[in-house]
Amino acid sequence: MSAELMRERYEIQGGDFDTAGEISGELKIILRDLGIDAASLRRVVVVAFEAEMNVVMYARRGTLTFILTDNEVNLEIQDEGPGIPDLELAFQEGYTTASDEMRELGFGFGMGLPNMKKNSDELKIETEVGKGTSVLARIRLDAHE
Amino acid sequence: MKLRDIKDILHCDVLTGEDDLAVDVQYVVASDGMSEILAFAKSKELMITGLTNIQAVRTADIAGVSAVVFCRGKRPDSRVVEFAKNKKIPILVTKLGMFDICAILYNKGLKGVS
Repeated sequence: MSAELMRERYEIQGGDFDTAGEISGELKIILRDLGIDAASLRRVVVVAFEAEMNVVMYARRGTLTFILTDNEVNLEIQDEGPGIPDLELAFQEGYTTASDEMRELGFGFGMGLPNMKKNSDELKIETEVGKGTSVLARIRLDAHE
Repeated sequence: MKLRDIKDILHCDVLTGEDDLAVDVQYVVASDGMSEILAFAKSKELMITGLTNIQAVRTADIAGVSAVVFCRGKRPDSRVVEFAKNKKIPILVTKLGMFDICAILYNKGLKGVS
């Protein structure tokens, strides 16, 4: 694994729809200032944003850790939430367990996890019902169109 | 098509970004589902949505769209407009519905993303 150049850990408050997405906005500014190319930057912030929204929508609290090396970004998201009973189902486009409130906010249309998968080079999810979910997304900073 | 021309044909009010109407737009992404915007937008599209909360503008920022048009005359509150101004994302509002907006822009040669 390449040397770690930067690591930032952010707290995410479950249910706080007002600030949901702030961390991803901040990551976008950090990556842009570092001169990361637009395609890779976009993939990182889409994964971060969807992950952040999932924690806000479903969990009590969580953390997002951003780790930059010279050739990839790793995003580690851990939450204290309900867990995902059927991961395979959760990855199906259009499948959702969202509440009306979430839909009114424009989320919960069954595209979140598929978006995270599509924009990651590797996505690992460990989940336990009643305990929480942890996600590791690896996004390479080269070889994207 | 210039954002200025889109403003005129959709009879939009400009809530922020009056100085950025010279930007050229060729593709459109239209949805009230923010993950759908994120799934299909590649960058620099015109985003059309009926969702006027702060998450709509956060999504616009993350997706890297050129501007946002709010349809059906729905206006975001001042805090949302201020956020868009800080992110340098022009915000337009039209009384037209999403279907009509898409039809008008399609007939003018703009394309959707998929």
